[in-house]
Amino acid sequence: MRPSLRTLAGLALAGFLVLPLLPLVAWSVARGWRFPALMPDQVSAQAWTFALSSQAGVLASFATTTLIATATTLLALLVGLPAGRALGLYRFRGRGLVLLLLLAPALLPGIAVVFGLHGILLRLGLAGTMPGVILAHLIPVLPYMTLVMTAVFARFDPAFEQQARSLGATPLQTFRSVTLPAIMPGLMIACLFAFLVSWSQYLLTLAVGAGRVQTLPLLLFSFASAGRNDITAAIALLYILPGLLILAVTARRITGRGAALTERLHP
Amino acid sequence: MTDRTRLVLLLAPALLVLGGLFLTGLGLTLLRSFRYVPALGMTEPDLSAYTAILTAPGFLKSLVLSLWIASVSTLIAAVLALATALLLRQTFPGRAVISFLVQLNLTIPHIVGAIGILYLLSQSGSFARLAHAAGLIATPAEFPVLTQDPYAIGIILLYVWKELPFITLILLANMQTLGEDHESVARSLGATRWQAVRHVLLPLLMPALLAASALVFAFAFGAYEVPLVLGAHAPKVLPVLAWQASTDSDLTTRPEAMAMAVVIALIGFALLALYARLVGKDSPRAP
Repeated sequence: MRPSLRTLAGLALAGFLVLPLLPLVAWSVARGWRFPALMPDQVSAQAWTFALSSQAGVLASFATTTLIATATTLLALLVGLPAGRALGLYRFRGRGLVLLLLLAPALLPGIAVVFGLHGILLRLGLAGTMPGVILAHLIPVLPYMTLVMTAVFARFDPAFEQQARSLGATPLQTFRSVTLPAIMPGLMIACLFAFLVSWSQYLLTLAVGAGRVQTLPLLLFSFASAGRNDITAAIALLYILPGLLILAVTARRITGRGAALTERLHP
Repeated sequence: MTDRTRLVLLLAPALLVLGGLFLTGLGLTLLRSFRYVPALGMTEPDLSAYTAILTAPGFLKSLVLSLWIASVSTLIAAVLALATALLLRQTFPGRAVISFLVQLNLTIPHIVGAIGILYLLSQSGSFARLAHAAGLIATPAEFPVLTQDPYAIGIILLYVWKELPFITLILLANMQTLGEDHESVARSLGATRWQAVRHVLLPLLMPALLAASALVFAFAFGAYEVPLVLGAHAPKVLPVLAWQASTDSDLTTRPEAMAMAVVIALIGFALLALYARLVGKDSPRAP
């Protein structure tokens, strides 16, 4: 294909990728934009002012969502890091089965597990609470975290740890000064994408939160179904901000070695 | 500490979470689908929830709709992603911008994309306004129904938009691992550029493409929030139908919701088996 044709194909692709985001940007600053007007009658910051005011609940919801995604990520790291180490460094009987068990929650739709999960959390007294939602998010996030850490540890040479230990370092010192720096790049990417997986959960939050835990996607949908296009658009743009920040942080890593990690991201 | 004890300790937390929440959750759903709920005095399991959903026309229509959405969007996304990956492998002006957009799209939650598609394609959306400006339609009702429509065109478009970048990135990573040696050999043996792609590169990429497609199919089949925004009132996709049955004030439909969840889980497990086979279940790496 000639370079000019490639650019043309690239332009078509770029248009397709950007197109659904354009009405969101336009609606967020629109006021009184009725059919068939091509452009809003008036450009206004009204929707943004409302979305950022305390009465809309958007900021509180943003904080809730951030808290849940952060806690889920840390919890997943605490559980997934050791598991990734076991799966990446050792070959043992039943390893294939454990990997399969890890893949299952990443592939199975949330609706398949959500009813039973709600029953469990209800019995634990966690239904309708933030800790309950965090535990629920752990299901789709943990596989992702563990599989990335497995790939990270598969490239890690434990001989460095043994040398540190034989030179008198305590296990904690060894972890801090030898293991952690070696796995840090992979660990950061795993955490950032784990954050995003939790950040975009809808059904698990709806079912387990039972209306009492209002994350951004739930709020977004309630404004969307109320037909407030301008406010919905402003919230939608606020909602994609962390993803943009994460992309900015990882953009340089995403090609090359980072790409091997990106492919673990849930569709 | 022996290696065995160490392994058990390292894996225990993850297995506890997966067993305690995921597997137990699935098991509880399964039990309730057999109308076995001792807490409510239902201690004699039966299959009536399954007979009920199989004889009701709504369930089968929803199942067909969900399978239709998943198959069509996976097929289109896979074909376009392959073309995109082949395009992005080459150099041309603007390639960096496209690579960035592909990655950007990956970070956008599905529900945001779904709302964007709604504002773009609904009967009073951006395209309808353009059609009006061009004199093609006079009222919104004359614009073709592309969202909340019986063929789920809006939903399919959203999945293509969202999953094309996902498959593309997997393919690009895979091409990077494969290197260009295989194609160079084919070229040196007299194959044209296209022949080298068609007979050498494509077969090598196929396992990764199929594995990524299995992931996309599973997601498009089981997602809830996208059809919530873009789906028609009837028939509803299976996950929406199941959720609705579970929140119905009529308590007798609860076991039917569980039975639908079990059917969804079975299809998920079939895809998992396919995925594991394609990736090789012993490899921790992605395709």
